[in-house]
Amino acid sequence: MQEILQHTVNAMVLGSTYALLGIGLTIIFGIMRVVNFAHGELYTLGAYVAYGMVALLNLDFFSSILVAATVGMLIGALIEFAFLRRKDLKNIDEVMLIMIGIMIIMQNLELMVWGGVAKIIPTPFSQDPISFGDVSISPTRLFVFSIAAILLFIFYLGIERTRFGLAIRATFQDQDAARIVGVNVKAIYTLTFALGSAMAAVAGALLAPMFVATPLMGDLASLKAFAIVILGGLGSLGGAAIGGFLLAFIEEFGASYISSAYRDAFGFLVIIIVMLFRPQGLFAAKERVG
Amino acid sequence: MAMSKRLLTSLLFGTLAATPVWAADPIKIGVSQPLTGAVAASGNYVTNGAKIAAAKINENGGLLGRQVELVIEDNKSNPREAVNAAEKLILSDKVPVIMGAWSSTYTLATMPKLEEYGVPMVVETSSSSKITKAGNPWIFRIAPTSAMEAQAFAKTLDSFNPPIKKVDFLSVNNDWGLGASQEFEKMFKEHGIEIGRKETVAPATVDLSAQLSALKDTGSDTLIMTSGVEQLTLGIRQAAEQQLPQRIVTTGGSFPEPLLESPGPKGYTSSHLLFFSPWTPESAVHPEIAGAFVDAWNEEGYSFPGLSEGFRGYDGIMTIAAAIEGAGSTESEAIRAALWDVQVKGVNGDISFFKDGPEGKESAQNEPNVYVVQLKDGEVTAQ
Repeated sequence: MQEILQHTVNAMVLGSTYALLGIGLTIIFGIMRVVNFAHGELYTLGAYVAYGMVALLNLDFFSSILVAATVGMLIGALIEFAFLRRKDLKNIDEVMLIMIGIMIIMQNLELMVWGGVAKIIPTPFSQDPISFGDVSISPTRLFVFSIAAILLFIFYLGIERTRFGLAIRATFQDQDAARIVGVNVKAIYTLTFALGSAMAAVAGALLAPMFVATPLMGDLASLKAFAIVILGGLGSLGGAAIGGFLLAFIEEFGASYISSAYRDAFGFLVIIIVMLFRPQGLFAAKERVG
Repeated sequence: MAMSKRLLTSLLFGTLAATPVWAADPIKIGVSQPLTGAVAASGNYVTNGAKIAAAKINENGGLLGRQVELVIEDNKSNPREAVNAAEKLILSDKVPVIMGAWSSTYTLATMPKLEEYGVPMVVETSSSSKITKAGNPWIFRIAPTSAMEAQAFAKTLDSFNPPIKKVDFLSVNNDWGLGASQEFEKMFKEHGIEIGRKETVAPATVDLSAQLSALKDTGSDTLIMTSGVEQLTLGIRQAAEQQLPQRIVTTGGSFPEPLLESPGPKGYTSSHLLFFSPWTPESAVHPEIAGAFVDAWNEEGYSFPGLSEGFRGYDGIMTIAAAIEGAGSTESEAIRAALWDVQVKGVNGDISFFKDGPEGKESAQNEPNVYVVQLKDGEVTAQ
């Protein structure tokens, strides 16, 4: 029983970070139809901004997360403004190629600036775990989980309860109709891309202190983010959140009770099964496919 | 006509003048290491050690009257890239000999290319027994096999208190990790020690909590962990966070150096099997060589704990240098023949090779020394 509880705690922490990663990716796809291959690199960027702020500029850990979010947002806006606004972009393939190019450039820049060796980001939290009986969690993980949960909640409120959220949802459903009723679709695009990028950067800044920052950390994060989004349904915000937790639980329990050698395989196995029976993903409406 | 005569003369003299420059072309030695990716820390340390060796050789007048030049390729912690790196070194840079490729998986992937092009490789880190048993006569391994490491560890079993009675394994899921857990399991069984649960982890994984939670209630007293610097650091930190009751012993010679600066929870002790202990160079077989290497490393400003792997690159290049000197030639075949006869005083100890693997196609294996150190609250004590 204790073991199941410990696994549940682990999966909740992992799931919250997966959800953050997934939401950033899915909102960009849902609204702009852009498959953001650079998502993992924005995640890495967040991690290194946090590292640079804390370890090199001696900024405090909490402010470094805010700086990472801001930098992520600015870089996201810049990518959208510089590359995705071009009128001659006709189809999704061209956009995909641009995003792959940005991914390669960003990854190599990170490698050039920071070198290949992993960096540890110091946190103000105690290294001693908090224990409830046999179940324990490190203060850093508890912090990461809390912030991720709060961010997911704020994001939900922002989309569902604000005028800005309404404009995003309107653009999501029908661009032309949104434009007719006065929504500035171009601004929504830039903001969406900036917001999605900021989510990735925050995820990186939160996760790197829990693990380590490396220039290639975005590869695995990208892969997981795509898996989560496909599982939950491309473009579905709730789907991405639930998909994140689902993937974490599948990985955690599959690794412990079946075999840790196939930890990553379990997640993808479930995705294949979902694709067979519900190709639009678990939570997306059917018309979004294709 | 006068013009072209002058041109001809200058060309002729130019060529003559250039000839000595050709003769003094540096001797190229190929290095294939993971400079980026999952085990980048180790690859960079080994490369730094190799650079120190090359600088030292050149300071002392080079080899065969020529300077030495390292051609360093990043194998990106990836077996496919390791094959590309070897092919580039051999075909494009035309190196007669290579040192590489850190992980057993990258070395095993590279081996067919060595045989195809007839180029010897000094293996400085990889420990899978498959490497020297495969019947590849171009392999010269100075690193210990996992079996040797397990036997060396067996000699220290009595020093553990409380004694080791039951062990679990957490190994990186590749030739190195799986090979090590197999050899250590065999050794423990020979000593009547019970084997508990065996877990594996993919090389790039950063969250090991699922594996560690599964190991929490096995009733074992010791956990044998095999992986690179990055995963050892994460594993030990996360094990302490989850309050794993087992003592952790790491194998393979990597040291979780980030834990020196940001230690995990207080009072948590881990033991590490190393092939060089930079904290106690005086206990090395050749203290003067080990000491000089430590000094050169510090002079370059490299990170101190990186020495525990950096020495591999130093010993590897020194072994190759001895072979080139012995061969009196930079032909691959001559270097291979000379490698069999080298007697090198290295940082780890004496380096020389014995035959291993199927008869007629033997690889070469060295018998290195193994050291055990303890890490607690960011402090290292050597045994």
